[in-house]
Amino acid sequence: MKFAVVVFPGSNCDRDMYYAAKDALGQEADMLWYKDANLDGYDAILIPGGFSYGDYLRCGAIASTSNVVKQLREKAKQGVPILGVCNGFQILLEAGLLPGALLRNEKLKFMCHFEDLVVENNDTIFTSNYEKGEVISIPIAHNEGNYYCDEETLAQLKANNQIVFTYKNNPNGSVSDIAGVTNEQGNVLGMMPHPERAVEAILNSADGLKLFQSMLQNWREKYVAGA
Amino acid sequence: MLQAPEVSPETIEQDKIYKEMGLTDKEYDMIKNIMGRRPNFTEIGIFSVMWSEHCSYKTSKPLLKKFPTEGPQVVQGPGEGAGVVDIGDGQGVVFKVESHNHPSAVEPYQGAATGVGGIIRDVFSMGARPIASLNSLRFGNLNTGRVKYLFDEVVHGIAGYGNCVGVPTVGGEVQFDDCYEGNPLVNAMCVGLIDVKDIQKGIAAGLDNTIMYVGSKTGRDGIHGATFASEDLTEDSESKRSNVQVGDPFMEKLLIEACLEVIHSEALVGIQDMGAAGLTSSASEMASKAGMGMEMNLDLIPQREANMTAYEMMLSESQERMLLCVKKGQEQEIIDIFRKYNLEAVAVGKVTDDKRFRLLHNGEVVADIPVDSLAEDAPIFYKESKVPAFYEEYQKMPAYLPNITDHKETLRQLLQQPTIASKEYVYDQYDSMVQANTVFSPGSDAAVIRVRGYDKALAMTIDCNSRYIHLDPEVGGKIAVAEAARNIVCSGAKPLAITDGLNFGNPDKPENFWQMEKSVEGMSEACLALDTPVISGNVSLYNESNGQAIFPTPIVGMVGLHESLAHITPSHFQNEGDAIYVIGETKPEFGGSELQNLLEGSYFGKAPALDLTIEAKRQAQLLEAIQNGLVVSAHDVAEGGLGVALAESLFTNKGLGAFVEIQGDVTATLFSETQSRFVVSVKVEDREAFERVVEHATYIGTVSNDDKLVITNDNVEIINDSVEALQQLWKGAIPCLLKSKA
Repeated sequence: MKFAVVVFPGSNCDRDMYYAAKDALGQEADMLWYKDANLDGYDAILIPGGFSYGDYLRCGAIASTSNVVKQLREKAKQGVPILGVCNGFQILLEAGLLPGALLRNEKLKFMCHFEDLVVENNDTIFTSNYEKGEVISIPIAHNEGNYYCDEETLAQLKANNQIVFTYKNNPNGSVSDIAGVTNEQGNVLGMMPHPERAVEAILNSADGLKLFQSMLQNWREKYVAGA
Repeated sequence: MLQAPEVSPETIEQDKIYKEMGLTDKEYDMIKNIMGRRPNFTEIGIFSVMWSEHCSYKTSKPLLKKFPTEGPQVVQGPGEGAGVVDIGDGQGVVFKVESHNHPSAVEPYQGAATGVGGIIRDVFSMGARPIASLNSLRFGNLNTGRVKYLFDEVVHGIAGYGNCVGVPTVGGEVQFDDCYEGNPLVNAMCVGLIDVKDIQKGIAAGLDNTIMYVGSKTGRDGIHGATFASEDLTEDSESKRSNVQVGDPFMEKLLIEACLEVIHSEALVGIQDMGAAGLTSSASEMASKAGMGMEMNLDLIPQREANMTAYEMMLSESQERMLLCVKKGQEQEIIDIFRKYNLEAVAVGKVTDDKRFRLLHNGEVVADIPVDSLAEDAPIFYKESKVPAFYEEYQKMPAYLPNITDHKETLRQLLQQPTIASKEYVYDQYDSMVQANTVFSPGSDAAVIRVRGYDKALAMTIDCNSRYIHLDPEVGGKIAVAEAARNIVCSGAKPLAITDGLNFGNPDKPENFWQMEKSVEGMSEACLALDTPVISGNVSLYNESNGQAIFPTPIVGMVGLHESLAHITPSHFQNEGDAIYVIGETKPEFGGSELQNLLEGSYFGKAPALDLTIEAKRQAQLLEAIQNGLVVSAHDVAEGGLGVALAESLFTNKGLGAFVEIQGDVTATLFSETQSRFVVSVKVEDREAFERVVEHATYIGTVSNDDKLVITNDNVEIINDSVEALQQLWKGAIPCLLKSKA
């Protein structure tokens, strides 16, 4: 399986994402600089965290206007798996690929530590290797991670089973404890916590690895004969 | 204001304008002599920043020479952007600490942010990828609105810059004492990783090679920052806000990636960041180090503001700028690499062979100075040194022996002392895990970063107990180095080298200079004993506010190597049933202790003694035991003594407790700050083997699973407290102080 990691100016979890796919998962991965990125031929696209364009204007706003995001919209329509983490989630929201918005944390401070997440939906290509209701330990590191959507959108998210992860102890004020959501099709996942930072026991948790393993297994089942 | 209309060379001399720039009459005469004429306004400005303490180390140089700087592990000692130590496999670890005290006192957010940015640039200008940041902070006690504001904004500034730039902030320390109220300390350390073959130098070599400028445009911010950093803070300091630079971490992130690509270009000759004294220091140092001269055309300098004078451009400390020396004719290669990152590399000058530093502006020569006189030949002053009367008094005092009846309550209070209390409020605001290599984040004795792809890791810490140094600078200086090494050893790593951040008061006062001298001597002795040479550092003097100096605070940043990932050892107890040992004997030593501060509100008497031979041996034995797999956890006994160390070892949220039996004087055993001690836990089956390796290890109890810390003496229960309750007090202390009304 071949992963693309899209690198924007100011992305800073790009390598972490790359190593998660390449070393921890053992698959092919390329880091693609946003200017000349061609997303054709990749089986999944990873949008890493960081501070694209320094978070100037609004987190993810400037990156969402780039050419590569136009390609991303096409790929999303075609059903290519797309994972956006942290600033990557913010970019996907700004690009309109996911519903809702991210506000500043309720306590108005950046926070970085491990949080317990609940796997609310394991019927996705990103979470099938988890048990439903499984509690996993994944770090957060954000200042604008307070997920917001209106009641109508929330009702739709619930009805379509788009809420994939929730916080066990909501750290940032997110609506309905939401930590990660998918699009309606289920091939685009955005989440604030960093699964790519939790792929090896030495990093104090390997709970994030199953997310990447789920992507791999679903790809194999779909595309590799006899898998 | 210093940005006043430029004045003639005659007026500079007659009206002693140079004094406003921090130069003395004697220095002015030296400059006139070097130049063979009166310097003009731009030239005198250039001299004033290059001869400031911040850039020239003119008063500290004679002391810095005392530091041991050599050892088989040292690849690059002091003198370049940062030092480098060999860690095997062709790799080196690069590190340095730098202070940003004065800017942080007047504009805490930007002062702290640009401190982080500056030290990161020092590291990547060596060609290394920055892999970790640490910081050491000092504030007054958290009981005034001003101190709370400084504390919050400094932390906010470090977070704002460090998080964006993508370098994990993995460790640090914060201490609170009244002496820092008007003059907080903000020292930032950066650690980088490099393939030794890629090490860069800040040199401008090769006649006619091109000097290129990259990064943010030059504005009027930070003019005379280095001079500002080299004088006492006074009531007027507030008016020097314009001397504080403003940081742009996004620009820095682009520069990191671009520069780390550029170092692989064959076209690059040398690279240096524009730190203190900006364009002036980077350019003149690069030329001087190469034994060459330099000519720059200031019309070509990218400028953010209109009508900037040569003086303003040369003295600006605008952030996120780099200066490169590039082979003539190969500029395009460099321009293209930077363009990829939306950065512009601009040719602004060339290397000459006349050893002059020549600047052109609007078609005129605006400065022409012998370049070595700015850098290598800057003057050195030998200051007068005098033993302070208070030191002699402290030495004569009888030993301070506190009288404690309620040890349980005392432990509770000690855990809430801000210097001991949990700093989670601070470090939760730092991204400590970006780059996905963080094994131990803040809250451990030392932070641990694994080296990806190898069976090894790096331990790092930053430390200094200035109370001991205030009481006795020589002993305190030794303790500062020894304690940093204890932190490294507890994590299972071998200490490699240190970077020193020397923060002192005004060196013109002989008592202050004596403190500098003695602490450097003490540190040097400890560096030799523990085989941790000094590879880089920074000096910040004039840390006084309204005539009152801070405690001498020579901060020690240390890095160690885990020769295998298997050696990585936590500082907290891990398993029920493990045996608890304390290594080292305890004497009643309370001078400068946290308990003395708690009971008396001040520090006096003798600092705890330190025997470096014992220290070195004990550290070596503990490390051997760890490397042999005989130690489950190790934590050094520091502020607050054994009682605090035991409690801290239990703050794991795992419901662990401990049952401990102590001997001898209860108050001394629990709260004395005798040096060279550790609390370790060992599996029961390893006890015998452990005791064979480690001398002076006393078995004191076992780890339990009942969330209780129980300490007995002669079958009498001294302390029986809930670990969870203690942890809540320890965790809640700083947030509680911040919330309470000043």
